[in-house]
Amino acid sequence: MGRYLLRRLAFLLVSLALASVVLFVLLRLLPGDPANALTSVGASPEQIAAARHAIGSDRPLPEQFTHWLGQLATGDLGTSFVSSLPVGPEVAARLNVTVPLTLAAFVLAVVIAVPVGFVAARRRHTWYGALLSGISQLGMAVPVFWLGMILIAVFALGAGWLPSGGFPQDGWAAPADAVRSLVLPVLTIALVMSASLIRYVRSAALEVLDSDFLRTARALGASFPAAMWRHGLRNASVPVISVLGIELASTLLGAVVVESVYALPGLGSLLATGIAQHDYPVVQGVLFVSTLAVLLIGFVADLAQRIVDPRLRARLSGGAR
Amino acid sequence: MRLPKNARYAVAASASLAVALTACSGSGSGGAATGTWDKDATVNIGSLYEPQNLDNTAGGGQGVTEALNGNVYEGLFRLTDDGKVENLLAKDYKASADGLTYTFTLRDGVTFHSGKDVTSADVKYSLEKVLADDSQSARKSNLQVVKSIATPDAHTVEVTLSKKSISFVYNLSYVWIINSRAKNLKTQEDGTGPYTLGKWTRGSALSLDRYPGYWGDAAANKKVVFHYFKDATALNNSLLTNAVDVVTSEQSPDALDQFTSNANYKVSDGDSTTKLLLAFNDKAKPFTDVRVRRAVSAAIDDKKLLASVWGGYGKLIGSMVPPTDPWYEDLTEVNAYDVTAAKKLLAEAGYAKGFSFTLDTPNYDPHPTAATFIKAQLAKVGITVRINTITPDEWYTKVYKNHDFTATLQEHVNDRDLVWYGNPDFYWGYDDKQVTRWVEQAEEASTTAEQTALLKKVNRKTAEDAASDWLYLYPQIVVAGTKLSGYPVNGLNSQFFAYDIKKKG
Repeated sequence: MGRYLLRRLAFLLVSLALASVVLFVLLRLLPGDPANALTSVGASPEQIAAARHAIGSDRPLPEQFTHWLGQLATGDLGTSFVSSLPVGPEVAARLNVTVPLTLAAFVLAVVIAVPVGFVAARRRHTWYGALLSGISQLGMAVPVFWLGMILIAVFALGAGWLPSGGFPQDGWAAPADAVRSLVLPVLTIALVMSASLIRYVRSAALEVLDSDFLRTARALGASFPAAMWRHGLRNASVPVISVLGIELASTLLGAVVVESVYALPGLGSLLATGIAQHDYPVVQGVLFVSTLAVLLIGFVADLAQRIVDPRLRARLSGGAR
Repeated sequence: MRLPKNARYAVAASASLAVALTACSGSGSGGAATGTWDKDATVNIGSLYEPQNLDNTAGGGQGVTEALNGNVYEGLFRLTDDGKVENLLAKDYKASADGLTYTFTLRDGVTFHSGKDVTSADVKYSLEKVLADDSQSARKSNLQVVKSIATPDAHTVEVTLSKKSISFVYNLSYVWIINSRAKNLKTQEDGTGPYTLGKWTRGSALSLDRYPGYWGDAAANKKVVFHYFKDATALNNSLLTNAVDVVTSEQSPDALDQFTSNANYKVSDGDSTTKLLLAFNDKAKPFTDVRVRRAVSAAIDDKKLLASVWGGYGKLIGSMVPPTDPWYEDLTEVNAYDVTAAKKLLAEAGYAKGFSFTLDTPNYDPHPTAATFIKAQLAKVGITVRINTITPDEWYTKVYKNHDFTATLQEHVNDRDLVWYGNPDFYWGYDDKQVTRWVEQAEEASTTAEQTALLKKVNRKTAEDAASDWLYLYPQIVVAGTKLSGYPVNGLNSQFFAYDIKKKG
């Protein structure tokens, strides 16, 4: 396990390094010049050149890249071209919205999807089993912004129980308001996410239900719930965990639509603004942090799979060599 | 012109202008001030225009004008919501007989929020900041006439111009007086206005707090919070749930019904200066031919276009001049919608069978809608339109800087921007020596009557030449809860003065 961990960590670092090169270069291949956004209309070529010099975009790419890496090494994500504010605290402030939003939605989605998925699999021949998988099928087709608008119409505009959008300016210093403002967004993401998770849980559970090991466990006298708990859940969770990892990672930035519908100052909206303004430091900062998060999530998902599935440990952690 | 939210390059409308505009807008401030109101209220304002930074000489965008102009920062003069220029930090001023020297006397007892007295040195510094090489101020080009600035004493500023400029005082209403020792103005402030900057949470909100040491009348509310939205529906929802009290500029006409039909809201249809243009490249064939330009203008039913985009709101215009500019004349009858006339003009110009051209179309509303409409209309007279959708950045480089286009769509937001037709190097390439001369003479005019008369000639001439096709004038719609009164409704130059807003308890 130790060796595996080391190898997996090395892989993570190499991926991060490659990703940072790719995102740095791709960003600069985009059409448009950040200096345009920084000079007034009708600026002379000299003024534009001066603006390029001020933000360092006139220097050779490798030099810009090493400069950025040097900053990163000291934990500095640079300074926004447009607002002149440091990017690090800005990203951190957005994470204060996006991380609770994503995690809460994720947990809620799992809490909904696992039991529903199992029931849909176990009772697939009954009317309600079919209904559950029908609903999840339908749920996958629902666009997230549409669901958001419906929830706003019902719970904010209609009942007036919750705010229709926004996040308190004081952030988590106003905990009750912060929580209230995240309820509908969390629900929106969780419902859409759980729809697709139910499908995965259901098919993983189906495989387990038809498996020889479950039949053997039952034959050895285990009750269905006990056999399911001891063998079924574990086996079913292996494919589900990898899907969970992907879902969680994509929600991190994919929450941008929900952030827009609910006017939340999250990471996705910072990225969208940064791209529109050619604000390279902001875009790089957001993408770097989210790449890191995605890689970490993948890392944790891999580890979790190895913990629940001894076969993976046996195959990879030295026994075979 | 207006580019979308985060990439707007405000084009300086060179304002040739009157010192005190007589043109007054219909409605004045919104809301009826009745009953008692809460002097310590917090007013929540919803807006689509978040500042990019807090410095109006460093590309802060229209959002920074909306939030800070008049509220946190003040100029020597103020452009009121009904278009008048009045003294603000200037107590008084004198122009020399030749119109080249202006002497300003500063108001006594004004301090910056940091506590320092406002002196002539600060005024000089502030004006120089606008004129500096790295300045992105929208008024920079208009203020190039400033030759030198002297400060004979702490309360007197003397500005010498290189030539007469009747709009000089008007242009000064855009120059914020800033503490010459202030630092980091992109993220902090040191102004003289009735509010200090509370907190700016990027991507979300910006708050202002009433400044107890303000030299003038204290603000009618204690705190103002601008809440920023990217999505017009989310903004409207906030108004419906009372999370915001007022929306500075409504951009989604479909949503207005829910407010007009609700007694708890008041919809104000103010005077806008934003025009939607089909701008021809007057130096590119076939638009070099005035008959072709007139034909295209006559072939498009502007009324129908306006109705499809804005429902019952907005106005038709026949030229670049909105009704609030002093030199306005109703020219909607010039090159009015007339398909037969359009066909005849095309035949005369040798295009009886029509022609085709590429329309560079910015990728945000309402341009794509307008482009599709224009394509359908022009097809009826045999003209084929190829719609080329471009980003604001591409528009800026391709159209505005390189003049590499045949025709384009663009919104122009400023008042008094007719004078751009006097500049043959401007992106649309309209080049008429007489017009250029009139515009110059108007700026150097001694009286506003003289200036107005000259610009009226420019107005008529450019309209007759169909220098561009002016499709319509946008509405300026402010929606507010009925608890609120005293808010500005005309949004002139994107200002939104908050200090008179009263909120019932």
